[in-house]
Amino acid sequence: MSKVLMKGNEAIGEGAIRAGCRHFFGYPITPQSELPHYLAKRMPEVGGVFLQAESETSSINMVYGAAGTGFRVLTSSSSPGLSLMQEGISYLAGAELPCVIVNVMRGGPGLGSIAPAQSDYFQAVKGGGHGDYKLIVLAPASVQEIIDLMQVAFDLGDKYRTPVMLVGDGILGQMMEPVELADEVTLPEITAKPWAAGGLKGRETPNIINSLYIVPEDCEKLNHRLFAKYEAIATEETRWEEYRLADAEIVLTGFGTAARIAKSVVDKARAEGIKAGLIRPITLWPFPSKVYAKAAEQAQRFLCVEMSMGQMIEDVKLAVNGKKPVHFYGRSGGMVPLAKDVLAEVKKIMAGGDE
Amino acid sequence: MAKVMFKRPAALTDKQFHYCPGCTHGIIHRLVAEVIDEMGIRDHTVGVCPVGCSVFAYDYFNMDMFQAAHGRAPAVATGIKRTLPDRMVFTYQGDGDLASIGTAEIVHAAARGEKITTVFVNNAVYGMTGGQMAPTTLPGQKTTTTPKGREKEAAGLPVKISEMLSTLDGAVYVARVSVHDPKHITQAKKAIRKAFEVQQAGLGFSLVEVLSTCPTNWGLSPKESLKWLADNMLPYYPLGVYKEPAEVK
Amino acid sequence: MATVSFREDRCKGCELCITVCPEKIIVLADHINAMGFHPAAVVEMDKCKGCAMCARMCPDVVIEVVKEEKQA
Repeated sequence: MSKVLMKGNEAIGEGAIRAGCRHFFGYPITPQSELPHYLAKRMPEVGGVFLQAESETSSINMVYGAAGTGFRVLTSSSSPGLSLMQEGISYLAGAELPCVIVNVMRGGPGLGSIAPAQSDYFQAVKGGGHGDYKLIVLAPASVQEIIDLMQVAFDLGDKYRTPVMLVGDGILGQMMEPVELADEVTLPEITAKPWAAGGLKGRETPNIINSLYIVPEDCEKLNHRLFAKYEAIATEETRWEEYRLADAEIVLTGFGTAARIAKSVVDKARAEGIKAGLIRPITLWPFPSKVYAKAAEQAQRFLCVEMSMGQMIEDVKLAVNGKKPVHFYGRSGGMVPLAKDVLAEVKKIMAGGDE
Repeated sequence: MAKVMFKRPAALTDKQFHYCPGCTHGIIHRLVAEVIDEMGIRDHTVGVCPVGCSVFAYDYFNMDMFQAAHGRAPAVATGIKRTLPDRMVFTYQGDGDLASIGTAEIVHAAARGEKITTVFVNNAVYGMTGGQMAPTTLPGQKTTTTPKGREKEAAGLPVKISEMLSTLDGAVYVARVSVHDPKHITQAKKAIRKAFEVQQAGLGFSLVEVLSTCPTNWGLSPKESLKWLADNMLPYYPLGVYKEPAEVK
Repeated sequence: MATVSFREDRCKGCELCITVCPEKIIVLADHINAMGFHPAAVVEMDKCKGCAMCARMCPDVVIEVVKEEKQA
């Protein structure tokens, strides 16, 4: 193992390669461009394919083709690009194709700003495209966690035959941190995919990659099958981090960059005698609802910190289920919450000033 | 000695086509299947079918198949070919799919010289959705969304895909054929064969545009449809090989 | 001498085979098949030259043609 200094966006690429991904299809967009730059160099070194597509619509459909032949495949974009990909993501979910989709989020709506944001939370966890489906959504909060979660992302995708999304933001994508990397790039064992449609090659029955179920009864059956799978994922794969939670009177929560800020506020608040703690969802879907429900038995208040006008707070409120007040502090459009402002909010809430 | 002059190709499953009586989609499916059989490539060919009347083509071709989102078949085929460069990959797309919603995908697959083959079925109308104007609908042609006939001022003029794509360096074989009589069917099959051979030789992107009928939405009998195609489509969409690499001439 | 056989249950009665038969020996039968179409049939099989134009034109791959070849 060696310690190396890496940019978040590059770590996404290296993490994918370490996870056995050898195919990347993408279209340029800020603030994730370091990732395609990195892979344009790195993929040929490992015998992989880097292809710059004509649009995000095409990228995601190239992913559909590559995933359908059974290969580990990656695409990446930022918010407006993800909007364009939603059609393809719905098809990937319907056809049950594993792949990893990265969203390095920026301010919106519309063309918005190119500064870091978290305002695609709803798009990521509530569907985004048409139809009844869900994605596994992973939200790293450090460059090391990016590397680690890329492996998890590909493994979960293959295990459950489902597209997986990894969400970050411009800060995570562009900051540099030391990461532990194995010196050798070894190909991990990838489970056989007997459903893959890469040519018969001696097989008698054709494999078909498809999301068309013209008979409504059949389409409903598909949805029941998908949701049975989602239930298993929720049971088995929910991930989160707890920090100083046991005796916390106020629970701060957030994901990714916002969670890093919230975590520093927990320490600052503790230093001033306020018993603060943190819940950081690592899987945004499945959402760690039970952790909040349990915390609500002890804690008095929750504060959800987001880089949006408030999206994850809806899931926090559903989890807390009215037992305790859930407050919100957010900055939006590419603005980032400052620790001192979040701390001020914590103090205000604990003084009862927000009631 | 009994000699089989004609039988169902092995590259077609035994499933009955859902197409309307007299629709020439079935002929084109069969030609693609015959070429695959004759080249002996069924075992390593992967097809991509579109959205439109031929959306169920995955049930008819007896090989691994993909169903793609509307217009996206060339991107899907690109993904397949880039993971498995030794496979033969083809897309089967109608005029709405390829020449309207999927223009970006087909143009850029061709421009990249993607080593895939596209069978483009042009019948000048949307079939599945109910006879609406297609990008290839002829000037003056009546459809459910051009009830008085396609007017240039309101609806523009047809897209000539073979002419357009043959200007791209990456597109190495482009031909327009028709299936309105047995002679043209034979020529169509030759063109499809050549397109597959171009792919097999790794020369670049190949496309065969096939003029086809839609008796139901043209409001004609199958027999009248053949004549309508010959009388109206052939003058507007000239048949011929628009581009051919020296290697397969 | 050739034999043309139709998978009658799959014929949609579109008449394209009738249009192209050079011997004009194909007609639509009086009866209907399970789909409700009058299926195509050859009336004078002895006139068939086995050219398979009907089969080439058939959009539903309904027709099979077998030709008896003279012994050398």
